[in-house]
Amino acid sequence: MDFEFIYENIPLYMEAAKLTISIAAWGILGSIIIGLLCSMIKELRIPVLRNIVQFYIELSRNTPLLIQLFFLYFGLPKVGILLSSEACAITGLTFLGGSYMAEAFRAGIDNVAQSQRESSYSLGMTRQQTFIHIILPQAVATAMPAFIANVIFLIKETSVFSVVALADLMYVAKDLIGISYKTDEALLMLVVAYLVILLPISVIGSWIERRVRYAGFGNRSAVSGD
Amino acid sequence: MQDSGIEVLFQGINAWRLWQGMFVSLKLAAISMALSILLGIIMGMIMTSKNWLVKAICRLYLETVRIMPQLVLLFLVYFGAAKHLGIDISGELSAVIVFTFWGTAEMGDIVRGALESIPKHQYESSYGLGMKRGQTFVYIILPQTIRSLIPAAINLLTRMIKTTSLVVLIGVVEVVKVGKQIIDASRFEIPTAALWIYGAIFMMYFVVCFPISKLSAVLEKRLQV
Repeated sequence: MDFEFIYENIPLYMEAAKLTISIAAWGILGSIIIGLLCSMIKELRIPVLRNIVQFYIELSRNTPLLIQLFFLYFGLPKVGILLSSEACAITGLTFLGGSYMAEAFRAGIDNVAQSQRESSYSLGMTRQQTFIHIILPQAVATAMPAFIANVIFLIKETSVFSVVALADLMYVAKDLIGISYKTDEALLMLVVAYLVILLPISVIGSWIERRVRYAGFGNRSAVSGD
Repeated sequence: MQDSGIEVLFQGINAWRLWQGMFVSLKLAAISMALSILLGIIMGMIMTSKNWLVKAICRLYLETVRIMPQLVLLFLVYFGAAKHLGIDISGELSAVIVFTFWGTAEMGDIVRGALESIPKHQYESSYGLGMKRGQTFVYIILPQTIRSLIPAAINLLTRMIKTTSLVVLIGVVEVVKVGKQIIDASRFEIPTAALWIYGAIFMMYFVVCFPISKLSAVLEKRLQV
């Protein structure tokens, strides 16, 4: 194990990690927005749009991110849609994550007891008001475990971004192996880099999950605590 | 007249070659899945152990697999093993090793969840009837876990198929690689080939995974207690 080599190349990994994190952050933000929009469209049963949303969810959940990226990066320029590497990565991640987030929020919404909705209507609230003030806050809380799992899943998925010529962690590791043949050191730093990014998120995630467990009033599974 | 370029999909045996490439991915997914189910059932039984050391090791294994991107694991095996064990592991074999390692952990966790959902009195009644531990497991417990096991396992299968698309990055010749070959071969006659080929691969994955995940959803509803 060549520690001098590791020490010298830490900045390279830091740079790559920053890129991975920033793309992941934008992608996750986009996924949350798309996910909220989609789950709202499904909840409010807007005709036509909800069919489109359903189709999008099935399409995105049943195809790998790698293939989506290939299509975005190599396919679309042939019809004049030229996206930069970063734009491709963020679009791809949002396209993939949007459906996962939508499903997570959807499950959260479905978990809110029917009596909550009925009580809200009987208080004279409209569908939209009920959704925003009553359903959503509870749904977000019950959807939290799935949401955090999705965040970790999406960060892990960023590992394929080297195929759209982004200098992310995998790219740097492969590059170093190619240049120096120091396979062990490069791979060790790769593993450590992902651990440094993902472990805190995993720990914070389970802490948040425990914090929001109060939600789900009138919901048997949440009350019994499992 | 300007050609759209879609004819690249129908030229010669291109479509057939793409599907052949797809079968390479599917084969890897099928082998890994079969191994994962077998090892996962054993893993799940180990995971229900009361011993704290066994529990800790299982937990570490599961968390490691969950936190590391599959591509990193592929790199570790593909590049790392070749150096240390001095053997030349093919991309296919690395893929099967990594996906089985991953699938066993996921399947194990599914099996553990299913086993722990079986009420204690099922065991006690079975012992009360004079059945041995092994008999209890095979005849009483396992049939009851199948209900929740099958949809989850099928769900894992679609994830496995989607994840096998990564193997192109460690040099396995599968559908993406074949697609690239076709694109390169028709670069001058059909400049828009990339759009159609990658679009076709995209739809191929959908055509394969969609029915499987629908099946999983239907079974989950039908088998619900």
